[in-house]
Amino acid sequence: MYLRKPIQKIKSEVQIRLIRYYTASENAKVTYHEEMQNNFIATNIFQKALLTCGSAVIALLDPHRGDMIACLGEVTGENAIKYMHSKMLQTEEGQDILKNKPRINSKTIAFETLSQMPENSLGRVYADFMKDNNITADSRLPVQFIADPELAYVMQRYREVHDLVHASLFMKTNMLGEVTVKWVEGIQTKLPMCIGGGIWGAARLRPKHRQMYLKYYLPWAIRTGNNAKFLQGIYFEKRWEQDIDDFHKEMNIVRLLKK
Amino acid sequence: MALKRGLFRLAETYRPSRPHIRARLLATQSAANNEERQSKNQTHFGFQTVDENEKTKKVHEVFETVAGKYDLMNDVMSFGIHRVWKDIFMARLAPMPETNLLDMAGGTGDITFRYIKYLQNLRSKPTEGARSSVTVCDINQAMLDVGKVRAERLGYTKESSGVDIDWLCADAEQLPVADDTYTAYTIAFGIRNCTHIDKVLEEAYRVLKPGGRFMCLEFSQIPNEALQWAYDQYSFQVIPVLGQLVAGQWKPYQYLVESIRQFPNQEKFKMMIEDAGFRQVAYENLTFGTVAIHSGFKI
Repeated sequence: MYLRKPIQKIKSEVQIRLIRYYTASENAKVTYHEEMQNNFIATNIFQKALLTCGSAVIALLDPHRGDMIACLGEVTGENAIKYMHSKMLQTEEGQDILKNKPRINSKTIAFETLSQMPENSLGRVYADFMKDNNITADSRLPVQFIADPELAYVMQRYREVHDLVHASLFMKTNMLGEVTVKWVEGIQTKLPMCIGGGIWGAARLRPKHRQMYLKYYLPWAIRTGNNAKFLQGIYFEKRWEQDIDDFHKEMNIVRLLKK
Repeated sequence: MALKRGLFRLAETYRPSRPHIRARLLATQSAANNEERQSKNQTHFGFQTVDENEKTKKVHEVFETVAGKYDLMNDVMSFGIHRVWKDIFMARLAPMPETNLLDMAGGTGDITFRYIKYLQNLRSKPTEGARSSVTVCDINQAMLDVGKVRAERLGYTKESSGVDIDWLCADAEQLPVADDTYTAYTIAFGIRNCTHIDKVLEEAYRVLKPGGRFMCLEFSQIPNEALQWAYDQYSFQVIPVLGQLVAGQWKPYQYLVESIRQFPNQEKFKMMIEDAGFRQVAYENLTFGTVAIHSGFKI
């Protein structure tokens, strides 16, 4: 099931831009290429090792340093990203993503429109999630340490889709929710940063959350990670109207928290 | 925090294949190279070649980005040794109770605060009517803002310290200051970032009173080959990584270590100071030549 956005529903200028953006796939590739080249920093093995240790320590001591988690993910994730890339190529949806290279930020996503969609739609769930947790889609850092543009895009996409994974799994952005999502992502993407984050992040949980984590959240996360379809290969932008329960059934996700 | 800003606008800095050798070649630039650059109105920005007016803008961006974590990064990169360098610098200046200091590229206030403390520790007080003063001058308002906040937090005000403190945002190459105003001029770790070092030196000469002293604390070259190699390795392999970890920024610190290699060595800089008109020019190496204090008098 691969929904397309009905042309008749286009109203605002932003939506028109959105459609133009996705049809101009060649343009999208070139712009991402250039952007990635501007941000790329070459590093040798010694520097990668330093970055790994340093960012791991700082991320543990100060979980608010999102840039350290991003850095750790990039520097340690080369093999995992290659695996993600190959998994994306296995489905038509994933291939489309790699061809179009869509980006998720406040310019490419019409949040206004999404927040007015029907209650149970994926788009509405996402917009509400962003509003309830007070986060913006613009806080995702550009990829800096990956040389291959294709792989750099896969990493960028993983980062930008993270909030959508949160939203569709109905996990809040507190430590408990983050650790749970890290487990799901870790099992699906094999990124060392996710696996590490899942283990070490859990160590920071306070007693009450730790109980819930061990009893409910962790087993659920492992089940979901193993059973669900590869979430990184889902073209979310083409599924805004899809009913969330329908989405869960298609993706093989069972909700942990009832409505 | 810096990471919340948009894309960092510096063009990509390329990494030379063997930085220490390339650094050697570039630090002792041939005359031909310089002429070629001058004829096209181009200069260096780290290891890149850029237009002169572009360099000022790029340097400005670097310091705006690093201002927030500037002092912390200094401590991390130099293991706190920069504090000793600055202490020695102020001891060499040895200001007197009626000194009027222009602290150029004074930014976050390290030299100014040491100046004030030095004067406070002196036994003798200024004669009636005369006050010591310091003007903290920097081309970058962001750095000055950090300095002002620090001054308040550490309690350095006009009333409590007995020294007049002024904050001035200006370009070292074109100071909005009358001739013969100051008795001392310091510039610590700033002159390296200026587009036209000779103009800065000429302005320094102009605004100093006759008998006034020019002092500069700046990174320099290590005479010992082996130590220079070790220093290069630390600079290029470790410092930008530290920048990424502590400040979330790699490129400003890549610029930092490259700009150090581009700066003239001790002897060359001494000659440039003499060209501007200063006399009794001397330099002192600290930490094997990692930094050097240059001093000259307007006599």
